Amino acid sequence: MENTNYAIETNNLSIHYGNFTAVKGVNMKVERQKITAIIGPSGCGKSTLLRAFNRMNDFVPSCHVTGELLLDNQNLYGKNVDPVEVRRKIGMVFQKPNPFPKSIYENIAWGARINGFKGKMDELVEQSLRSAALWDEVKDKLQQSAYALSGGQQQRLCIARTIAIQPEIILMDEPASALDPISTLRIEELMQELKKNYTILIVTHNMQQAARASDYTAMMMIDDQRAGGVIEFDDTKAIFTRPKDKRTEDYVTGRFG
Amino acid sequence: MNTPNTLPYPQGNAFYSTLRKRYLTATIWQSLFLGSLLIAIIVLMALIYNVIDGAFGYIAYEYKNSPSEFTATAPNELTKEELLVILKDNLSRGAYNKLDEEQTMETRSQSDLLNLFFERLVRLDTKQTWSMTESLSKGAEIQAEVAEKYPDAVLEFRSWLTPQFLTAPMSSRAEFAGVRTAVLGSLWLVGIAIAFALPIGTGAAIYLQEYAPKNWFTSIVQTNINNLAGVPSIVYGMLGLAVFVRVMESFTSGAMFGVTDSNGRTILSAGLTMGILVLPLIIINAQEAIKAVPDSLRQAAFGVGATRWQTIWHHVLPNALPGIMTGSILALSRALGETAPLIVVGASTFISLDPDGPFSKFTALPIQIYQWTTRAQSEFHAIAASAIIVLLILLLTLNATAILLRNRFQRRW
Repeated sequence: MENTNYAIETNNLSIHYGNFTAVKGVNMKVERQKITAIIGPSGCGKSTLLRAFNRMNDFVPSCHVTGELLLDNQNLYGKNVDPVEVRRKIGMVFQKPNPFPKSIYENIAWGARINGFKGKMDELVEQSLRSAALWDEVKDKLQQSAYALSGGQQQRLCIARTIAIQPEIILMDEPASALDPISTLRIEELMQELKKNYTILIVTHNMQQAARASDYTAMMMIDDQRAGGVIEFDDTKAIFTRPKDKRTEDYVTGRFG
Repeated sequence: MNTPNTLPYPQGNAFYSTLRKRYLTATIWQSLFLGSLLIAIIVLMALIYNVIDGAFGYIAYEYKNSPSEFTATAPNELTKEELLVILKDNLSRGAYNKLDEEQTMETRSQSDLLNLFFERLVRLDTKQTWSMTESLSKGAEIQAEVAEKYPDAVLEFRSWLTPQFLTAPMSSRAEFAGVRTAVLGSLWLVGIAIAFALPIGTGAAIYLQEYAPKNWFTSIVQTNINNLAGVPSIVYGMLGLAVFVRVMESFTSGAMFGVTDSNGRTILSAGLTMGILVLPLIIINAQEAIKAVPDSLRQAAFGVGATRWQTIWHHVLPNALPGIMTGSILALSRALGETAPLIVVGASTFISLDPDGPFSKFTALPIQIYQWTTRAQSEFHAIAASAIIVLLILLLTLNATAILLRNRFQRRW
């Protein structure tokens, strides 16, 4: 364990698509075992920024990143860093539940297996499903299709799949936006459980969710060149009660956005 | 109604009259579509009728020599050994040796020998044949005609498509000719073509979809693959002749592997030519299948730390497999029906020896059909029609097999 309280830091991180700068100069220190929310209006680059944290943007051909992303003092965009290793350490849950078209069991076992897991697979599957608060609902149908689950269950399965490879950080890209309120609530409760062991970074367009569920909040906004940036990053309570930036205040009070 | 009618929409009767017009337009289009479907059905029915019409019908034939001149028993009851003796005694030594050279006489089946008995000794002589429609509609007239013109002839209704037609080898006499050699040749051909084109085509598609950067070079390659799918098949035949038959002769003739009695015009050359012919088809279909695999699945795999290869092997390919199989079904049908490249590459038009390996000389069903339709005698047209039925059945069987295989792979979650 590092003696710093920060799980991951960005240092003047910018994301470009060709000549266009989508996200500009982000400096964030994400605290360990806390939930950090990224909020902001549509198109401000929230998801783009989140995907930069585990190098998912590598798959967009024109995309390139400048600045530094530091995990344990190592720049994840450095020359000798393998993006596969980055994604092994920083897991991701996507906006739309995307389980593999396989059995529930295999959804969890696959990630473990390809990463060379040597322990007992049955135990890992059970433990991961328990951590994702899904075990009781699926323990009798582990060999059934993951597609037979409800949307909320599928999303928790995706979380279980991510936990199973034991990442240091979990990225969540609007994980509840495709779900009904009750499923949303369960995901939020789950996040509170998970932060005991993991650092969570979540993008949400639901301000109540950010206010309810997160410890820190980063407010993003686009500037007049249409480049997104973090305009305020603080305690969630501070962001929602006494924002320093006028634009943040307008946004969180619902006057705009 | 109290709603204010401020915008200029037709109201009341005007509305109903426009509605009637809209329905009328819809009805006209619907009947046009139905008409197109009916035309397609009629054309297909006509095709099938035409083929069947040729494959059955009356035949009038005479025996040049009576079977009783050679044997006391009924020819059908003769054993293999008896037939061998009769053939040896009555055929000239040269003719017998020639037959023996093609296939050792002792290894031939009883029905093969019986055929030879009728073909070479009894010398069945077909006087005239009639199509199925003629036979059914003008039976009495045909009987009268035969009785007058060929008083000694036997008139019988014959199905040219018989089990014997499937199992007999090629013959210069239509009555005894069969398609065994051609069917086996076609199967070898399609097998080699698919074995060659499926892995290469799928590999190329994977590279283009999953690895290749999107730049001017890949878009040129892509355009060319699409264009190659439309190149006339005879051009592929020329390519096969130049490359496989000539340049790679020592490989395709098997000389490299110690086969001595062969040139480059082998089943291997033809199979590889067919493989190249269907390659663009397989690439394009495999690309479409790979494209249809949702990106969210790839992201899910990458998200748990999979490498690109693990993502492709465990998720993209299994999900694209049904589509890739559909492409190979199309390719298979194409390879089975192509004629022109085979003629160029050098299919044998008369061969009674079964292909026994990739370095054999060969013939294929379409070649056989083409060959028979160009003959003047009507009995050859009848066996051509029968061979077409065999080709269609073979095509359906192979496609059904491929579809069954596809459905087995296609495990829906």
